[in-house]
Amino acid sequence: MISNAFSYHTPETLEEALAMLEDGGGKILAGGMSLIPLMKLRLASPESVVDLRRIPGLKAITEEGGAVRIGAMATHHEIEISPVIRGKCPLLGEAASAIGDIQVRNMGTIGGSVAHADPAADYPAALVALEARIRLRSANGERTVEASEFFVDAFTTAMEAGEIVVAIEVKEEEASEGFKYEKVAHPASGFPVVGVAVRVKKSGAGIAMARIGVTGMGPHAFRARNAEALLEGGAGAAAAAAVVGEGEETNSDLYASGEYRRHLARVHAGRAIAAALTRAL
Amino acid sequence: MATTITKPETLFGKRVRRQEDPRLITGTALYLDDLKMPGMHHACVVRSPHAAAKIRGIDTSAARALPGVAAIFTGADVTGLGAVPCAASIPGLRVPHHHLLAQDRVYYVGHPVAVVVGTDRYIARDAAELVEVDYEPTAAVADPEKALAAGAPAVHPEWPDNVAFNFHQEGGDTEEAFRQADVVVRQRITSQRLIPTSIETRGVIAEWRAGERSLTLHSSTQIPHLLRTLVAGILGMPENLLRVITPEVGGGFGSKLNVYAEEALMAYIAMKINKPVKWVESRRENFQATIHGRGHVDYFELAALRDGTILGLKLKLIQDLGAYHQLLTPVIPTLSVLMMPGLYRFKNVNADVVGVFTNCVPTDAYRGAGRPEATHGIERMVDMLAQELKMDPAEIRLKNFVHADEFPYGTATGLTYDSGDYAKPLHKAMAEAGYEQLRREQAAARAEGRLVGIGLSTYGEICALGPSIALPAGGWESATVKVEPSGKVTVLTGASPHGQGEETTFAQIVADELGVPMDDVLVVHGDTAVVQYGIGTFGSRGTAVGGSALYYALQDLKAKMKKFGAMMLGTEQVNFSGGYCVDEATGKSVTFAEMAVAAYHAKKLPANTEPGLVATHFWEPPNFTFPFGAHLVVTEVDRETGAIEIKRYVCVDDIGRIINPLIVDGQVHGGVAQGLGQALWEQAVYDESGQLVSGELTDYALPRASRMPWIESSHTETPSPVNPLGVKGVGEAGTIGCSPAVVNSVVDALSPLGVRHIDMPLTPEKIWKLIEGARA
Repeated sequence: MISNAFSYHTPETLEEALAMLEDGGGKILAGGMSLIPLMKLRLASPESVVDLRRIPGLKAITEEGGAVRIGAMATHHEIEISPVIRGKCPLLGEAASAIGDIQVRNMGTIGGSVAHADPAADYPAALVALEARIRLRSANGERTVEASEFFVDAFTTAMEAGEIVVAIEVKEEEASEGFKYEKVAHPASGFPVVGVAVRVKKSGAGIAMARIGVTGMGPHAFRARNAEALLEGGAGAAAAAAVVGEGEETNSDLYASGEYRRHLARVHAGRAIAAALTRAL
Repeated sequence: MATTITKPETLFGKRVRRQEDPRLITGTALYLDDLKMPGMHHACVVRSPHAAAKIRGIDTSAARALPGVAAIFTGADVTGLGAVPCAASIPGLRVPHHHLLAQDRVYYVGHPVAVVVGTDRYIARDAAELVEVDYEPTAAVADPEKALAAGAPAVHPEWPDNVAFNFHQEGGDTEEAFRQADVVVRQRITSQRLIPTSIETRGVIAEWRAGERSLTLHSSTQIPHLLRTLVAGILGMPENLLRVITPEVGGGFGSKLNVYAEEALMAYIAMKINKPVKWVESRRENFQATIHGRGHVDYFELAALRDGTILGLKLKLIQDLGAYHQLLTPVIPTLSVLMMPGLYRFKNVNADVVGVFTNCVPTDAYRGAGRPEATHGIERMVDMLAQELKMDPAEIRLKNFVHADEFPYGTATGLTYDSGDYAKPLHKAMAEAGYEQLRREQAAARAEGRLVGIGLSTYGEICALGPSIALPAGGWESATVKVEPSGKVTVLTGASPHGQGEETTFAQIVADELGVPMDDVLVVHGDTAVVQYGIGTFGSRGTAVGGSALYYALQDLKAKMKKFGAMMLGTEQVNFSGGYCVDEATGKSVTFAEMAVAAYHAKKLPANTEPGLVATHFWEPPNFTFPFGAHLVVTEVDRETGAIEIKRYVCVDDIGRIINPLIVDGQVHGGVAQGLGQALWEQAVYDESGQLVSGELTDYALPRASRMPWIESSHTETPSPVNPLGVKGVGEAGTIGCSPAVVNSVVDALSPLGVRHIDMPLTPEKIWKLIEGARA
């Protein structure tokens, strides 16, 4: 890596880290899977890099009273294999296991991923479908933001200057729920061209609850509330999938146009709903 | 002493593990960037961000002021040096003077404008950003067909039509063939620009020894000797004071079969600053400034009788050359034209090639180099003809193949195919795939509305480049074999293998010929101060030409050893076998090591025999070799998304005799991977303004291990009569056979929708739009 010169800090407490970020010239380093390539290409040239790796307690994945708390520095691989995640919010584990390759999953962290807010990251689809909350810490204290409010635009979140993601909080999925994360991987980057996360709860022949999160299609992940409502109203999977992404902005690149991305979001929403229904009790 | 000697098992044909792998796998091999010299400085190249611009001025003052910056060089410093060489000799070829650094204009994004040298690579990079180049952007053209249109921006102002050359080739009477035809199929077929993407990028270290006035150039290259000759020419220095060393080379695929400006620049800079200087290309530079491959727009017309007999072929070939000629840039499309008839008997061909300048990095040889384009064209056209005539694609091929009893076969393009039995691999592939059953399954799938395709390609290629008459700097190869006094054997090969495994295959040949253990054989390559002159490794020539040179050197050496053996045994009649010389009459023998000692200690010499055991042979091949084969691919297309799944990949490659099936498997697998890359994923894309949009590995989709189908690879073996080993070459076969088989398969899958042709890469969106279009 032939980056610009920068100073490198390894705070041992969150307070120390927050103090280091006060002057605004610093950038937080979590797993480095996005920041390092950007610095290598000199698309990011921070004056200082504040590495969170030595701060204790930021990696823990715990469960208490029906809520799962995932430390921001938990790696994708730790999330993928965590018994707590597998047992309580398996949708998130499924999304984690779809990220990049094993090397990336060993280094990359959930906190880094959500703070970076790549429009084609895998997690956001699952996080909005799980109605997760992002816990932020600043010198002024802590606050939480709903995932669906957190991802504002491409590489833009609801975070304010001086805030650090410390945890992701997820209400546990009910055991009777079915879930599925479907992804079309970009052949070069491995990021989702589109990724669709679905949760469903059956009620007799109908669907009592549906949550659909979509990533990759547009500038930020979103909940397909129109499709959720159709499913819950008994319209059927095909009708629901057909409205996914309606009215949402789309991204395009060399590989896939916006029109095709929207189409893929619908096809894979349909497939994910079908798969989730077969898993629902 | 009497010894019972059993003939040892030969290693020719054995799956011997590669000698080079332990060091490669354990990370102990040394690549260019692993090398460090005392006092070494680092260079960073300032490159044009514009596809076309005038340079109004360059201000290096801020860069020079940065502590640690040792020197900065711009175009003005190198005006008097020689040009980046092009070895092509096409009549009327327009050759722009390719200065080492841009002079008053830049012609493509990535064009080198200045070099900054610092005490470390961070300083060099920081300083490079401080070099202020005042550009006046001008109109650019990145598409070869647009470059030919009237009023297009001129890449080189002196040649406003953007035409670098026209090349015509014909055989037979094509007009008459087309008059007799019952059917003519026509299609525009593109072969997109590809980025070779060796995992190790290019890199150079130059070391100047002022006292000796000698220069050592370490470069990740496929052609150390040619590089030496040509860089010495650029710098005007005596060739024998320049030494080129190739460390381990992490892939080339043709992209390092070249002489690049940076190689000459580093040599020049090392002399100027009197310090060793290193330059290692970044991935972005590799994409922008190392040659690309392919870049064809081809207009094919194929004429045939109603019974499927092909009569003739017309081709208008537009080659995107880029802004300059690199070493072989204009030659590549002429190779396509040579191989245009493929495996078929028709004798009437007519081809017009136009080489077009564009504001892009030059194209040049990339795995297959001209043959994949030709094969893709003819194999697509034959399929289209079959579709038109409602014939089975296998049947139409079998009908038109050159017959097994017609070899050596003279083609319409003037080549002589050495040996072949083209129906054999096709029959074998069909048998292994269960062709009839597959067609039944396809019919059943279609009845269910599924899109299942079966695609064939039967390819021929030209290998073992080649007779010297056909190559600019000679097409022979050299080998020296030295039996050391201890009996160990050292081979110096002029071929410069860089991943092809010749350290192993050559040791197998030596072990068989001399009867020594393979482990006693060291194969040395890639150092011009150690190895006699050589041509290099490209065009699937390393073993077919370099191995043959080795074979003949071994015969010379054996003859000399027999003289020593006979002398030591006191007889005239000896056999040399299994590492011994044996007196047939008495059964007495001397060992290999005893003969080696006798030859070096030289206490007594056979008549008319010099001491020592060294033999060198420069071998000139009498012809190319022509491998062939059949690839059969089964695909299924997802009707909703356009995604393609490869269900079966069966390939039968006839590459002549096989020395090491394990290495051949690796070559076939790697070749097929790169063929799939072109067919399905890879494309170098320049936008209208000449910016390289696919500029990083996040956009440019290489074949990944996780996306590979299972490759069912097997062989038929038709020995080549051209060389003593009977081998033909395998480096490029997989790539050449692959892409048309994949495209033919997907077109077959979509044929119920009326689809006739799809250009590569077959991205899902492209397929989806075809499906949607058919529905509309």
